[in-house]
Amino acid sequence: MIPFKFSIAKNQSEALGLIHQHQHAAFLAGGTNILDLMKEHVAQPTEIIDLGRLPLSTIKSTNTGISLGALAKNTETANHPLIRKDYPVLSKAILAGASAQIRNMASNGGNLMQRTRCSYFYDINMPCNKRVPGSGCAAMKGFNRMHAIFGWSDQCVAVYPSDMAIALSALNANVKVMQQNGSERSIPFTDFHVLPKDHPEKDNSLNHGELITSIELPKNNFASHSSYIKVRDRNSYAFALVSVAAGFELEGNTIKTAHIAMGGVAHKPWRALKAEAFLKDKAATFANFIKAADLEMSSAKPLSHNKFKIEMGKQTLIHAFEVALKG
Amino acid sequence: MKQNKSPLSPEEEKLFGDLMPEELNEVLSSGLQRRHFLKLMGLASAGLLVSHMVGAEQLFARSVEFDEIPDLIPTAIENGINVSFKVNSGTKKVLIDSRMTLLDTLRERIGLTGSKKGCDHGQCGACTVIVDGNRVLSCLTLAASCEGKSIITIEGLAKDNELNPMQQAFLKHDGFQCGFCTPGQICSAVALMKEAKEGQASFVTQNIRDQAGAVMLSDEEIAERMSGNICRCGAYPNIVAAIKEAQTGKNIEQNWLFAG
Repeated sequence: MIPFKFSIAKNQSEALGLIHQHQHAAFLAGGTNILDLMKEHVAQPTEIIDLGRLPLSTIKSTNTGISLGALAKNTETANHPLIRKDYPVLSKAILAGASAQIRNMASNGGNLMQRTRCSYFYDINMPCNKRVPGSGCAAMKGFNRMHAIFGWSDQCVAVYPSDMAIALSALNANVKVMQQNGSERSIPFTDFHVLPKDHPEKDNSLNHGELITSIELPKNNFASHSSYIKVRDRNSYAFALVSVAAGFELEGNTIKTAHIAMGGVAHKPWRALKAEAFLKDKAATFANFIKAADLEMSSAKPLSHNKFKIEMGKQTLIHAFEVALKG
Repeated sequence: MKQNKSPLSPEEEKLFGDLMPEELNEVLSSGLQRRHFLKLMGLASAGLLVSHMVGAEQLFARSVEFDEIPDLIPTAIENGINVSFKVNSGTKKVLIDSRMTLLDTLRERIGLTGSKKGCDHGQCGACTVIVDGNRVLSCLTLAASCEGKSIITIEGLAKDNELNPMQQAFLKHDGFQCGFCTPGQICSAVALMKEAKEGQASFVTQNIRDQAGAVMLSDEEIAERMSGNICRCGAYPNIVAAIKEAQTGKNIEQNWLFAG
């Protein structure tokens, strides 16, 4: 770790003021990812601003749904009675990620800010356009078994690691952000994380110095018909090879709308728009599930070591649909 | 009148007089300091203490508290932070480099070496401690962010000479082989008892929406909820049995079959 100055922000405006003064400053919430990156010299902030004192850890009902404080812990969020009852797909996704210790530390806002676990990104001796723009991508022709099959570019094939974010994408969440001048803006979740294109160093659409204050969940009608399925190398405490969050708004046996997002397959939570469009107003049958999954996976572009993710993605989608239907 | 009683025994005084004469007066007037021990260690490793075995044994058997580090003042280190938090039964105030993790602070500055540095990257759980009631990874926690918090380490679980029920269960079931992961396993398991009592869910909870209260932990639940603590020796069946016994208070047989 390189030396850094440590300060504790007393309130939001102080946090924004401090980060504005220093170009190489970073916010600290749970610290579970940034500290690891700092130890590896992947992140080298010279100023750390501890957000632990800010009053942003409330989870509360609103007129439109539920507001998750940016600093509420993952454990608290997954176990909140309202989340377990009305947003079980979010509880399940959070509990699919990391370990109990890490979920106790990790904040909701920090979860969205975690960086890829691509091993070439982590190894500072390797070229990586995300870490050092313009240096090249070692994963493209390296071991890319864990990497993307959707939306990658010739600059970057990394995947986004969060489970929580996959559920938030399916739930059409909004990310509330405080800007430098103190005003707030709201970012639809599907626009929060970005595809790599020519700028893989950018994971999301936040500007330097903006602070996530909350994640807003709209009401939904699929709590009793939702699922989060994660396929990984170990039974627990491993990143996803493929994961699927699914929710069906049903009328009888007809799917009014489907909400589907995939993890482990792209640089951002991959909203399965083709499968959603196909399933809309269709009967919730196994045959339709297969067609929807086939259609979604038909546009996948595998790398040299991850062709298996296409069949795995298809089977995981179908399984997630079946579990969601059963409720 | 003779001087006030010496902080040293006659054998210890002779050792200092012969081997570290320039330090003797200082020790007599202001007591033993950490640096005296460091020098003694150096002499010991060079084999120079053989002629003073009795005095050396007495010195090394001393339990000396070094709460303060008098030769460092806040301006002495770059990015120094004064932080104070409760560790087990007492409050500790330390001056640290801003980069220090809670784990390094506990081990290297406060002298509590029970918490172990396994991977130092949040992957193994050997550094698990309980902060404000919740299990966390001390290797991924900056000590500077712990101001005012309350930390329980493996050293703080026993009450006087009576082990915590989880420690007793680990002993009874041989919940370890080499023991390196054990402090983290036990701290993790102690916090797990609280989580189960509160009815917290896990990824293998059958119905997340059903919030029925306290959870009685099955083998599968324990495996999932303890997955952040790796045991390289593979004592998992014993650990699972120990946790079940601590939760139920009943004698538990080990189950060797669940790994299938």
